[in-house]
Amino acid sequence: MGPLAVLAALGMLLVKKAVHSALLLAWVMITLAFFYIAQGALFLGIVQVVVYTGAVMMLFLFILMLVGVDASDSLTETIRGLRPIAITAAIGFGGLMVSLIGRASLGREPIGLEAANAAGNVQGLAYLLFSTYVFPFEVVSALLITAALGAMVLAHHQREVGRPTQRDLSEQRFRSGSLATAAGLPGPGVFARHNAVDVPALLPDGTAAPASISETLRARGDMIDSSQFQLDHINTEIVEEK
Amino acid sequence: MNPTNYLYLSALLFTIGAIGVVMRRNAIVVFMCIELMLNAANLSFVTFARINGNLDGQVVAFFTMVVAACEVVVGLAIIVTIYRSRRSASVDDASLLRR
Repeated sequence: MGPLAVLAALGMLLVKKAVHSALLLAWVMITLAFFYIAQGALFLGIVQVVVYTGAVMMLFLFILMLVGVDASDSLTETIRGLRPIAITAAIGFGGLMVSLIGRASLGREPIGLEAANAAGNVQGLAYLLFSTYVFPFEVVSALLITAALGAMVLAHHQREVGRPTQRDLSEQRFRSGSLATAAGLPGPGVFARHNAVDVPALLPDGTAAPASISETLRARGDMIDSSQFQLDHINTEIVEEK
Repeated sequence: MNPTNYLYLSALLFTIGAIGVVMRRNAIVVFMCIELMLNAANLSFVTFARINGNLDGQVVAFFTMVVAACEVVVGLAIIVTIYRSRRSASVDDASLLRR
């Protein structure tokens, strides 16, 4: 699973869309949870799944939805020469770390957690947390509360200008340039031929009115050509039935 | 498995996260790369806890997780605030302090 985690992390760097990187990161975190459990850290493995892949990654995806999924990253470099320097530095750093780990020796065999986990991993952690580490524990809880408060303050949004009323909007329509849209935008659909929201209405001269389509549909390209519903394309001959 | 392999994995993940922080432009992806680095550090904490046979490393990893959660909450709130005012989540656009 280690190579899979490294592949997913590399993919995180290379994929263009932020959502895909988020999913790959979630996979890396799940593999890390497996590794934690495999190394006798049962509690941390569960917390990794619950807190990281559950809460933090969902928060990331939520913010991605808020900011816009299509906000794909441009992979062009803005600072010239940054990418080669970054890759060289990273290879240097990674090589240093790997060679360091390869050469260093602990001088003894790894002890393993069997003795420390004798009373159960959660119990052992709780004992440490509430005896040796009780002060850092309290400080961290204060930090957590402060962070929650800070996020609430940052996310709070107060309107400086009041919301425009219907009256304001109406006056604005009449005062702005042309009176063409004073009565509101035309509705979509062609009379008696097609009433779907993705067909632009036809103007009196027979041209399509793109303003009658919702902007979202227009941006997505989900617009049907309305010329096939024009009158001169329709057989208007009256056939008498006998 | 030999604990050293976990250390190798941790070093690799940390390096990849560092490249991501430097190279990507989207603030959210930069943030995710920071998370990756924190996770890599956590993995080596857990591995060293196993090598040394006590649970202190796991406690430290637990604290790292809590601090990382705080950091994500505040950081994402900042990103949302910047996005609201500038309509962009790119780290290059937020260069107001330069001028």
